[in-house]
Amino acid sequence: MQYTLSILVENQAGVLSKISGLFSRRGFNIDSLAVGVTNTPGVSRITIVANGDEYVVEQLEKQLNKLIPVIKVKRLNDGEFISRELILIKVHCAAAKRAEIIKTAEIMQAKIVDVAPSCVTIEYCECANRVNTLIDLLKPYGIREIVRTGTVAIDRGTASVSV
Amino acid sequence: MISGAEIMVKCLEAEGVSVVFGYPGAAICPFYDKIYDSDIKHILVRQEQNAAHAASGYARCSGRPGVCVATSGPGATNLITGIATAYTDSIPMIAITGQVRSDLLGRDVFQEADITGACEPFVKHSYLVSKTEDLPRVFKEAFHIASTGRQGPVLIDIPMDIQTNEIEEFVYPDSVNIIGYKPNTKGHAIQVKRAIDAIKASKRPLIVSGGGVLSSGVKLKFQDFALKTRIPVISTMMGIGVMPSEHELYLGMLGTHGKAVANRALHEADLVIVCGARLGDRAVAAPHQMSENTTVIHIDIDPAEIGKNVKTEIPIVGDMRNVLDMLVENIGDYTVPEQWQETVKTWKKDLFKTPPVFEGYVEPRTLVSHLSAMFRSKAILVADVGQNQIWCANNFRIREGRFLTTGGMGTMGYSIPAAVGAKFARPDRDVIAICGDGSFQMGMNELATIAGNNLNIKIIIMRNSRLGMVRELQDKNYEGRHSATILQGDPDFLTIAKAYGIDCAEASSNEEAENIIKGIVDSDKPFILVCNVYPDTPSI
Repeated sequence: MQYTLSILVENQAGVLSKISGLFSRRGFNIDSLAVGVTNTPGVSRITIVANGDEYVVEQLEKQLNKLIPVIKVKRLNDGEFISRELILIKVHCAAAKRAEIIKTAEIMQAKIVDVAPSCVTIEYCECANRVNTLIDLLKPYGIREIVRTGTVAIDRGTASVSV
Repeated sequence: MISGAEIMVKCLEAEGVSVVFGYPGAAICPFYDKIYDSDIKHILVRQEQNAAHAASGYARCSGRPGVCVATSGPGATNLITGIATAYTDSIPMIAITGQVRSDLLGRDVFQEADITGACEPFVKHSYLVSKTEDLPRVFKEAFHIASTGRQGPVLIDIPMDIQTNEIEEFVYPDSVNIIGYKPNTKGHAIQVKRAIDAIKASKRPLIVSGGGVLSSGVKLKFQDFALKTRIPVISTMMGIGVMPSEHELYLGMLGTHGKAVANRALHEADLVIVCGARLGDRAVAAPHQMSENTTVIHIDIDPAEIGKNVKTEIPIVGDMRNVLDMLVENIGDYTVPEQWQETVKTWKKDLFKTPPVFEGYVEPRTLVSHLSAMFRSKAILVADVGQNQIWCANNFRIREGRFLTTGGMGTMGYSIPAAVGAKFARPDRDVIAICGDGSFQMGMNELATIAGNNLNIKIIIMRNSRLGMVRELQDKNYEGRHSATILQGDPDFLTIAKAYGIDCAEASSNEEAENIIKGIVDSDKPFILVCNVYPDTPSI
């Protein structure tokens, strides 16, 4: 089972290692992790996507809550949140294939951000599933490099995870 | 102007600290220079790990956080085992370490170690102080965090320049506001009501008491609840002492090394009320120890403990003190069904059995079971780790005193330094440390601390020239291949004691041992009794 945790933390030295350390020493794996500041000074948000059964998730939430710099932990409910990843893909692109690749990007609503004689770089911001679809579509052309952020996520509607 | 080091001492004074255990070094020298002029007593241990164990013993007997101090690098890393022990055993502790100058951090200079990083998994929280101005807030928070919620160790790592820098004035904060730390101590009323209903509906209820009852300081209230409802009680190793051993409702310690009657009660109960215990694998090795139909009520201040090891139907997060009040208030005049009371009574008869005697040796279980009667009723017994721990846990007939041991971490060498801490917390009480010849040699450097401070601690060494607990495992699981469990080259412990100027004697029978003890209980000096124990004496 994949789940997404939205964690508010006090922005102090060592907080990220405290959290990632907690995952590793209890044998839990992290699929993706993203950190950024929030609108509250001194408070950062960490979004973690991870895998595990109900027991693991419950334990994780509780153990995270025990960390002193952790202010709030919320498991986002399936289907009730919007998630995004940003990806930059550098694709091998012979001149003959350029139109085809641009077309593919257009269909997926991705943006060409850089072009060189033998490659293009595409920027894409979507949920993890659609990002994976784009990668699959571009694979046949030869992917040179992928740079991908962790997932960030926010509740739909009026619900929020804030201080 | 006031220096960081002076502020550190003033913070300790503001927290009412009267004794700290430590070992100096270059990076903590500014602090040592200031504590020299202070009324706070500094006890020089002989190895930093023992400073932490002493702080643990002190904390457990005083009900206040114990404080230990070490220098940077190896001083700090030596503390780790002691800090980890306090963490697993949930003991409130402040560990203060010196650190190299801030501008040198990360350059691998002499005696530099990333101690906040190294201790990460073993502390409730840690600070690497970056400004002298932060010291008062950090100390205030550290004491608050260590002593509230589920208690535990907090590490404060202070670079030398932070200790020597001066600021305008010292103001100790009145209160603490940590946005992410607001432990819930009040039990949830609806869950308490569910618990009451479940207790009333049960035919064979049982209480499992853990160390949490002692941390909350509600031993007597807890006993009242058991007496009022007549619910029988078993305990984890950390919970020993919650009930007097000979109390009619108490059935002993549970678990792989516990009492058969306690495990039987757990197996046959239809409702188990777990009070401040994490139920680790030594307590409940496999879930089938409890019947599938058993309803579990788990009361703990740490929500993460509930449901971690045992499936729980009714979780109550809160301080035992508040939850017990709520239970007592709402239980009415419920008492346990007669039949269950009678069953438990018949089991209780089997609690203390007399083990066979081996000629020319002290039978340790019998000796421990007679020990309590020889000392005053509030005596503090500190058991080390190994067979001696099990002998003590199962046979010490505790009355109003304390039983201290590391039930969670199981750190050999705990008993002697912890006894030192206990004695400083409770100079009015008898303090007895029991260890094996293996664990004695892990803690015996503290004989100097005992001698130097003339601490009235009675040490009993159960000498079988074996690492008995591991040897027992080897007999059971490794075809009796005694790899590295025969203690060769042991010194003559009597000569060692004499070298420290500590009175001592040796016993080879229970009669001899008891006569020696009777002769020394009223002395105000330390004493070491070496008991020769038959090597094949089992743990249980």
